[in-house]
Amino acid sequence: MRIALFATCIVDAMYPATARAAVKILERLGHEVVFPSGQACCGQMHVNSGYLQEAVPVVANHVAAFDTDDYDVAVAPSGSCVASVKHQHPTVARSCGDKALEARATAVGAKTYELSELLVDVLGVTDAAAQLGSFFPHRVTYHPSCHGMRLLRLGDRQAQLLRSVKGIDLADLPEADQCCGFGGTFSMKNADVSSAMLEDKTANIAATGATLCTGGDASCLMHIGGGLSRQGSAVTTLHLAEILASTAEEPASVTGEVRVSTGKAAR
Amino acid sequence: MSTFLGMPSLPVYGTGNLFASESFPTAAHRELGNAQLRANLGHATHTIRDKRLKMVAELPDWEQLRDAGSAIKESVMARLPELLEQFEENFTARGGVIHWARDADEANAIVAGLVRDTGETEVVKVKSMATQEIGLNEYLEEQGITAFETDLAELIVQLDHDKPSHILVPAIHKNRTEIRDIFLREMPGADPQLTDDPAVLAMAARAHLRRKFLSAKVAVSGANFALADSGTLAVVESEGNGRMCLTLPETLITVMGVEKLLPTWQDLEVFMQLLPRSSTGERMNPYTSLWTGVTEGDGPQNMHLVLLDNGRSAALADEMGRSALHCIRCSACMNVCPVYERTGGHAYGSTYPGPIGAILSPLMTGIQAEENNSLPYASSLCGACYDACPVKINIPDILVHLRSVDVDSKRGKKKLPSQMDAGMKAASWALSSGKRLGLIEKGLPLGRLVAGPDQKITKLPGIAAGWTQSRDIPAPPQESFRSWWAKEHRKPDTSSAPEPSHEKKDQP
Repeated sequence: MRIALFATCIVDAMYPATARAAVKILERLGHEVVFPSGQACCGQMHVNSGYLQEAVPVVANHVAAFDTDDYDVAVAPSGSCVASVKHQHPTVARSCGDKALEARATAVGAKTYELSELLVDVLGVTDAAAQLGSFFPHRVTYHPSCHGMRLLRLGDRQAQLLRSVKGIDLADLPEADQCCGFGGTFSMKNADVSSAMLEDKTANIAATGATLCTGGDASCLMHIGGGLSRQGSAVTTLHLAEILASTAEEPASVTGEVRVSTGKAAR
Repeated sequence: MSTFLGMPSLPVYGTGNLFASESFPTAAHRELGNAQLRANLGHATHTIRDKRLKMVAELPDWEQLRDAGSAIKESVMARLPELLEQFEENFTARGGVIHWARDADEANAIVAGLVRDTGETEVVKVKSMATQEIGLNEYLEEQGITAFETDLAELIVQLDHDKPSHILVPAIHKNRTEIRDIFLREMPGADPQLTDDPAVLAMAARAHLRRKFLSAKVAVSGANFALADSGTLAVVESEGNGRMCLTLPETLITVMGVEKLLPTWQDLEVFMQLLPRSSTGERMNPYTSLWTGVTEGDGPQNMHLVLLDNGRSAALADEMGRSALHCIRCSACMNVCPVYERTGGHAYGSTYPGPIGAILSPLMTGIQAEENNSLPYASSLCGACYDACPVKINIPDILVHLRSVDVDSKRGKKKLPSQMDAGMKAASWALSSGKRLGLIEKGLPLGRLVAGPDQKITKLPGIAAGWTQSRDIPAPPQESFRSWWAKEHRKPDTSSAPEPSHEKKDQP
């Protein structure tokens, strides 16, 4: 299968290792990965902040980059950005009265998948250790991000994939379904409430005794990781793509270059 | 000779207690500082949340019920004028009197006039959101009429001269020790030995209220539902105080928002399954009172209904937002909301707090009324409210819609663009081209310099300071994924160049 990677702007600019991990996983399964070079961002920051006019060119750019027959399916390592592509893009196009863009956006959305969704539903991955060679000997807890959970209905796809990684010690996160408080510009406009939500999330993470918290959305992980770092915690965050790509021969770096950490994280 | 009166100017916005008088972040900051409030709220919302989930899980057709509830409400909104007239005809035919109120002021004046006509100066009240919304108690007090709340939690709030902070459990922000203290201080004849045992507190309230029920000549209620095909009104409650108010007095005055209509009795079947499970987490509420007009010699002999618009037609005029009117005031959305859970209801200013309040209040008052434009931003868009809503109001989508209404309403009106305006414009330019984003990403190493030896950024200026008040930002990577990919997949110079490999040793 020819798979187009939508890296998402935050992973492209801040967490390139996550995108490289996604590429590795897909290639290990024997698929060809392409990277449409015109891609930039899904535009949900604009939409969710009320700047619909400003979102239009961002959405149009994404549609232009992905509206080709050059690939079979598109994938992104983010539930939130995929939900935006699937649900928000046609609405944005409609809001500016662009029927053609709406139709193209709907078509792009229909063949765009979140990473775990693609792995489980389309590529038939049920056992990461056996099928991907995934090996990650650490105590890990998992935060299911809201948009993957509630907009894409990912269910336990991500958790099941993690559970099937060799060596992993997956600790249940108390109140896992509670939002971490990120919410895009909400974290700045309502910084106090956002921080209060984050405080409870990081306390729950600490209670698991895990050395790192994983999830399917780099933005939420940046938020949680940023909070842990500020609190002086040794716990770090790592995208699940990197755990799935990690093998005995080539282990994921858990204190890699863009992790915020005190440097005492799990070895 | 005919006179052209014209159409009333639309939209007619709501008045009364629908406004945030200070911006949500400011109010939230203050409420967050109240540790007792947060502890009470956390405990109470989690308890109700769990009960609701258990009750909902019992019904195999819960999702279909939600769909049915949503569809019925949608059809009601689509033919509201017709259904209102049908209801009016049936209610009137059975001895009731209908009054139409455009806004809070009109409704208050009508109710006060009706009470005055009875010669009474006291009324007992059934818990009602509509009368909170219009500020009826305060208005009646100005007119020399005393209104006694008879719902236990409303009574607590009223005795404490406080405001409700939750639409179903108005005293959710108070614990039992605080309630004991309020009773001792404010309740005439309270036993000085009163303990904070909930049963003892309830008995004290019961004794206090019983005297009011037996002497009251006038009651004021709201209504959960109105059935157009028979002119019937319904109140759904837990304590039985409502039943007392609805049956004992001679005069019953009901204030109801126009959106509460249901077309037929059969539709009630759907809502009586949705409402108790969603609100109190019960299969069935203890008391459901339905009344259809006056019955000679039995119950109130004078029946009035004030049909209240107060901004509902304005909400109905908003195509993207109108489904907010489907709300049956169950409060499930606030019980699951992580924002409400931490700030409580007072932070929202309006009678309607939580996620539904964050959309309903600005829809009813217009986005730029007082600080109501700060309400749609009081959400991380986590979506828990949409999942919990028994009539499937897509609250997150309406929040986002109202944010754009807010942004658009200010376009071209500001002398200088705000930081947010400027940032969004710049980001729109940068993020609408892979080439431009790629160029900007060439500056990532600069970010590494800013981050310094700690490899983290701990202080940012302007609006971004909100982020760094509790969160660090990692130092950016040496190069973007895009840049790495381009190097890896550079077009081969000669046909003998090897296939690009992703197994480069220096990549984690």
